[in-house]
Amino acid sequence: MYRYDAMDKTLVNERVAQFRDQTRRFLNGELNDDEFRHLRLRNGLYIQRHAPMLRVAIPYGLLSSGQLRTLGGIARRFDRGYGHFTTRQNIQYNWPKLAEVPDILAELATVEMHAIQTSGNCIRNVTSDHLAGITPNELEDPRPWCEIIRQWSTFHPEFTYLPRKFKIAVTGAPQDRAASLVHDVGVHIVRGPAGDLGFEILAGGGLGRTPIIGQVVREFLPREHLLSYLEAVLRVYNLEGRRDNIHKARIKILVKSLGIGEFRRRVEAEWESIRGEAPRVDEAEVARMRSFFNPPAYRNLVNADPAAGKETAFRAWYRYNTAEHKVPGYRAVYVSLKKPDVAPGDATDAQMELIADLSDRYSFGEVRVTHTQNLLFADVEQGQTFELWRALDRAGVATPNIGTLTDMICCPGLDFCSLANAGSIDVAKLINERFDDYDYLYDLGELDLKMSGCMNACGHHHVGNIGILGVDKGGEEWYQITIGGAAGADASLGSVIGPSVAKADVAETIARLLDVYVEQRRPDERFLDAVRRLGVKPFKERVYAAPVAA
Amino acid sequence: MPRQLLRDGRIVADDWTYLTEAAGADAGNAEAGKADVLGSAHPSNALILTFDQWRSDEPRWRAAPARLGVILSPADKVEQLAPDLSRFDLVGAEFPGPSEGRGYTQGRLLRERYGWRGELRATGYVRRDQVFFLARCGFNSFELPDSDLAAAAGAFSTFTASYQPSNDLGLALKLQHR
Repeated sequence: MYRYDAMDKTLVNERVAQFRDQTRRFLNGELNDDEFRHLRLRNGLYIQRHAPMLRVAIPYGLLSSGQLRTLGGIARRFDRGYGHFTTRQNIQYNWPKLAEVPDILAELATVEMHAIQTSGNCIRNVTSDHLAGITPNELEDPRPWCEIIRQWSTFHPEFTYLPRKFKIAVTGAPQDRAASLVHDVGVHIVRGPAGDLGFEILAGGGLGRTPIIGQVVREFLPREHLLSYLEAVLRVYNLEGRRDNIHKARIKILVKSLGIGEFRRRVEAEWESIRGEAPRVDEAEVARMRSFFNPPAYRNLVNADPAAGKETAFRAWYRYNTAEHKVPGYRAVYVSLKKPDVAPGDATDAQMELIADLSDRYSFGEVRVTHTQNLLFADVEQGQTFELWRALDRAGVATPNIGTLTDMICCPGLDFCSLANAGSIDVAKLINERFDDYDYLYDLGELDLKMSGCMNACGHHHVGNIGILGVDKGGEEWYQITIGGAAGADASLGSVIGPSVAKADVAETIARLLDVYVEQRRPDERFLDAVRRLGVKPFKERVYAAPVAA
Repeated sequence: MPRQLLRDGRIVADDWTYLTEAAGADAGNAEAGKADVLGSAHPSNALILTFDQWRSDEPRWRAAPARLGVILSPADKVEQLAPDLSRFDLVGAEFPGPSEGRGYTQGRLLRERYGWRGELRATGYVRRDQVFFLARCGFNSFELPDSDLAAAAGAFSTFTASYQPSNDLGLALKLQHR
């Protein structure tokens, strides 16, 4: 993974000093609420319902064991013993004290971490494929490019006060595991007409109250121009994006109002005039970045079937919670942070420390955060998966549900977030209680459920096969259900099935949707494909045919 | 007391007057004031206009003996000012509030695309927390509250390294890692 050099260290230490001074000025009354808000937001600090919330950047989701151990230690000493992993591969602390935040940042800096640009109207943490570098059909590992973008976007002087937040995702494989089509900019590594690798650039995707799938701005960009092209996109957005209405300020609204053709024309014109002078990524720099992501020292192994003859529980876990690895004899192993009674994405201090230890023992001391709010050991020897499973199971992070209905994506909701209309964690709990039969879950197959507590869509509900959105109805928490959304390379937005339902009826509503699927599916047809084939109508009819029994 | 500002890293008294200030001081009447100013009777003889004021009376301003400065509002287009840059001795960008960011791009365009070498001033909501970024976009003059002036003079070294090349440092144009 990328390691800081003296310059990186200097920058994060200077940021800690700057933020310490800004916090002091606020606590002294030298800065008012609004002034401090603009400063703290660029450092990941929200003032939430109960306490400040600090969001710490995990660049493209990659952590060393030492970093994860530190995150666990911070959870214990500065928070209430847990942290929340987010859909953008970051971690959030829900209970820090404002006056202690500079100390947390100083501690993070010791392990090459920070909270720079994790909130506010600026370029946010760049996200990527959690299987980067290990998935079999990848064109190229996207992480060196993510790091190049991370550095370029960090304290970029021109783009520190954008109309709105700006999120970039980079992928290098045909399968899109980074939801890049619903990002402000999606960068796809592709092969060009001459066979060389470069980028397809998309813009204007996003969720929130106006969900839109990103559109192609440029089909093929030679690699050395990545930063100048991003700079052109950002510059057009910075000047032309709306600043008069927070709900219309994202780049997706600009792209939509100009039309992709006119947006492309403006970006290309801007790029033509800067490409000669803008930063060019030379081959030496690419090679330097790549050297940080060299494969670990794999042993020479052959593929085996470690689940053969083992107990049912292990076989189920192996099937659902591990993924194919391009190197023979290895497997990627998910650490499920989805479990009944626990908010999706939450991990305790002890779990983080244990997972860090296990990564040292089984996966070259690295851990990844997935955008589905789980953790991943990327490089586990197949022969060690049984041992690892037992350790994970004891720690309560081996729920064999990856990719199934209960592997829900979920925002913190009304319990923690001042923006939310409705709770999401308690609904997740109700769903977990209702669907606790693994045979049934496995029979349903690949199915993702995503839930957000409000229009901001932090839980990505629009692109869930089943999406749940919390809405406020006369002071009560209600839930609008969508079906048919998808976040991958075939991304689509879900369709609303009908009027929203009460909290107590959410699980029953989902059960009815699933009944229609089970009755009408074709052999091997996924829920998503069945919805695409059947349309919303049969699902809607079943859900609203009879009131939910009390 | 004349306005103090930070220019080229030093706290100095402002030698420029905004048209609105000059007009107000002379007559309390913008039209009368402007006539007086145009007659170069005003002692400052160095006037800052908004881009709108410039455009609404361009021929007269062009012929006036005064040194002129112009401040762009966030929505003003640098390319519209560009043909007239040689008439000015000062160009600036206005930051109406802490979330405004268009001026950063205006600054870079002025310096890098249109070759502006004179004073580039940031006015409006400008604090010590922004001057580092503003300077990296080419600004060399900052109107700050008096209480922030001294601290802002030290803020150019908030960060002693940068990933991006920037014309304020004259560095080679590639990602700045060594």
